Amino acid sequence: MSVNYFPAEFEVLRNTDKCIKCRACERQCANEVHFYDADFDKMLTHDDQCVDCQRCVTICPTGALKIHKNPNEFRQNYNYTQQIMTENYRQAGTGAVLLSSMGNPLPYPVYWDKILINASQVTNPSIDPLREPMETKVFLGKKPNKMSFNEDGSVNTKLDPHLELSVPIMFSAMSYGSISKNAHESLARAATELGTYYNTGEGGLHKDFYQYGPNTIVQVASGRFGVFKDYLETGAAIEIKMGQGAKPGIGGHLPGAKIREDVSKTRMIPMGTDAISPAPHHDIYSIEDLRQLIYSLKEATEYKKPIIVKIAAVHNVAAIASGIARSGADIIAIDGFRGGTGAAPTRIRDNVGIPIELALASVDQRLRDEGIRNNVSVVVAGSIRSASDAVKAIALGADAIYIATPALLAMGCHLCRSCHGGKCNWGIATQRPDLVKRLNPDVAYKRLVNLVHAWDHEIKEMMGGMGINSIEALRGNRLMLRGIGLTDRELKILGIAHAGE
Amino acid sequence: MKINADGLHFQVLNEKVRSCPDEEIVLDNVLGQRYIGAGLCDKKVTINGVPGNALGAYLNNSRLEVFANAQDATGDTMNAGEIIIHGNCGDALGYGMRNGKIFVEGYAGYRAGIHMKQYQELKPVLVIGGVVGDFLGEYQAGGQIIVLGIGAEDKIPVGSFCGTGMHGGAIYLRTEHCPTDLPAQVCAADATPEDIEEIRADVTEFAKEFGYNAEELLSSHFYKLTPNTANPYRQLYVNN
Ligand code: SF4
Ligand code: SF4
Repeated sequence: MSVNYFPAEFEVLRNTDKCIKCRACERQCANEVHFYDADFDKMLTHDDQCVDCQRCVTICPTGALKIHKNPNEFRQNYNYTQQIMTENYRQAGTGAVLLSSMGNPLPYPVYWDKILINASQVTNPSIDPLREPMETKVFLGKKPNKMSFNEDGSVNTKLDPHLELSVPIMFSAMSYGSISKNAHESLARAATELGTYYNTGEGGLHKDFYQYGPNTIVQVASGRFGVFKDYLETGAAIEIKMGQGAKPGIGGHLPGAKIREDVSKTRMIPMGTDAISPAPHHDIYSIEDLRQLIYSLKEATEYKKPIIVKIAAVHNVAAIASGIARSGADIIAIDGFRGGTGAAPTRIRDNVGIPIELALASVDQRLRDEGIRNNVSVVVAGSIRSASDAVKAIALGADAIYIATPALLAMGCHLCRSCHGGKCNWGIATQRPDLVKRLNPDVAYKRLVNLVHAWDHEIKEMMGGMGINSIEALRGNRLMLRGIGLTDRELKILGIAHAGE
Repeated sequence: MKINADGLHFQVLNEKVRSCPDEEIVLDNVLGQRYIGAGLCDKKVTINGVPGNALGAYLNNSRLEVFANAQDATGDTMNAGEIIIHGNCGDALGYGMRNGKIFVEGYAGYRAGIHMKQYQELKPVLVIGGVVGDFLGEYQAGGQIIVLGIGAEDKIPVGSFCGTGMHGGAIYLRTEHCPTDLPAQVCAADATPEDIEEIRADVTEFAKEFGYNAEELLSSHFYKLTPNTANPYRQLYVNN
């Protein structure tokens, strides 16, 4: 056996007093960490295969298991951390690019945690959401700058197509292929019940899910997988994916092994072939080219659907968004650098792009300065972790938010960041039938509905506290925010005052 | 039905085409109107004049015949049908095309046939009579691209970076001159008689559309480019 140069990242701790050797952990672990040794009548482990997904810990009937970080330590070094050393060993052993998944886990500043929300006291009293109506309904799309009316009071202005959301929260793009069919079904059913939208991602739409079309956003990416007339017509809106927060500037690659029968049908590519999305759309090199794709989609769907353009938050995001707002797009979705993914090169996930908080603030400001804010709605994604993050995002200027990681958490994900391995023990990021069936859509969809209802309730409570009774009045209301522990420069970009000011 | 496109904005023209009950439509005096035939089903459209970009995007089983040159992004994500161009064609021809046929009498610009793909009985075909620019068949995942190089028999009929990232399908080049800069993921071989049978029907159809002798074209030497079966991506990543 060749030397591995680095120890297992996690260690499985089994309390032998509690363990009844039922071998449930062995059956449940797709990484084959647990095994039973008959000679010693003992449960043993391959610690090096553990990804800390917590499936066995949760499933163990006697609570005998704990997974912890392997306490073994390389010599302390703040520069060459154990993580960096290990990654170099991995690459020296394989000559390969490091592949990771889910969002950027590094300790970059989280601006949401440095922003505080206002509340009313004495003057401008707060509103009790239990007693008074609170409006969290949102319309996404172009807003006319002027309205005109007929004599009888009816609207005379031609309105552009809109999405109507009962809550300012949508489920962001996750393709069938990167996540399982049961996960997709759960999202589709939850979106329908909630009166919001889920997003197909770039993998096409399974025929079983056409029925959820009115609550579906269909995506068109550089690979054009599963894109054809019925698909475009089925969705309530079409999203052009230009970029993704977890991997700005690069394409996607779903390995042939994950293209099983159903995924192949949905993507409309043969089984077992790699699904490669080129890094750029090779027909888009300018805002004019983007406009062309937008209008070709509008023409193909007879101007009935709003077109969303999704970009990653990168350095000059404000200028790019300004171009998009003039390109004919109805909605801009911006995905921050902490956004999740089913697979991304580690170096890109961890080092490319900018935080969504700063991107959002500068985009909203730029569009206002240029007088084109009403041309588009702005949806933000890329680590909106809670209702308070959502409130802060809306106050910074977002019309609505996209969530993905919280939705996965609702379905059981434990953020083990191993989605790219395709062996998700929670039945989410996998196509293995035995694993997929662990995710029960009847249960998971309900949990998604619960999560969003709970957030909605919290959003209303925070709005009420501020004396605000509609999302409309909260949007871009930066006076409701204060920074804490931020530099003047950061406050300037965020467009907010410091706490105490 | 005849529609005079003279001076019409593309939205007006395309709405007329969509709402026209006739199966056969003739568009006269077309001049740069974009998105003609976008997502169109079950029609036969004759286009007199030069259509604008994104002709026949998402085309769904219609026949578009252009008696002039066509511009960029023709047949983007086309799903079924035929586009016949009696002239030359601009860049990004047949991007992400999944099925149907595009025949270009003359030459085509850069980035033709990028990410063409096939699935079950769906198999797109792109036939270019003349030569073609750089990046032909980049990321090609399926389907058949045929470049006849008519009138350019003494040189390589494609530009640089042909077949970069190709992982499916085939490119046939009617020439004695194989591209010299093919990437490692692409193999070039002399087309065998079986290969010629593969393209016979499409070349014959092309010849019929534009008045060439199919047998003459087919009796020439062809190179066939296919992806190297050893998947070039598999070894690229390590789980971290
Ligand atoms: S699931 Fe728990 S009780 Fe059963 S064998 Fe594993 S550790 Fe022991
Ligand atoms: S989806 Fe599954 S594999 Fe991915 S992080 Fe969550 S638990 Fe792990």
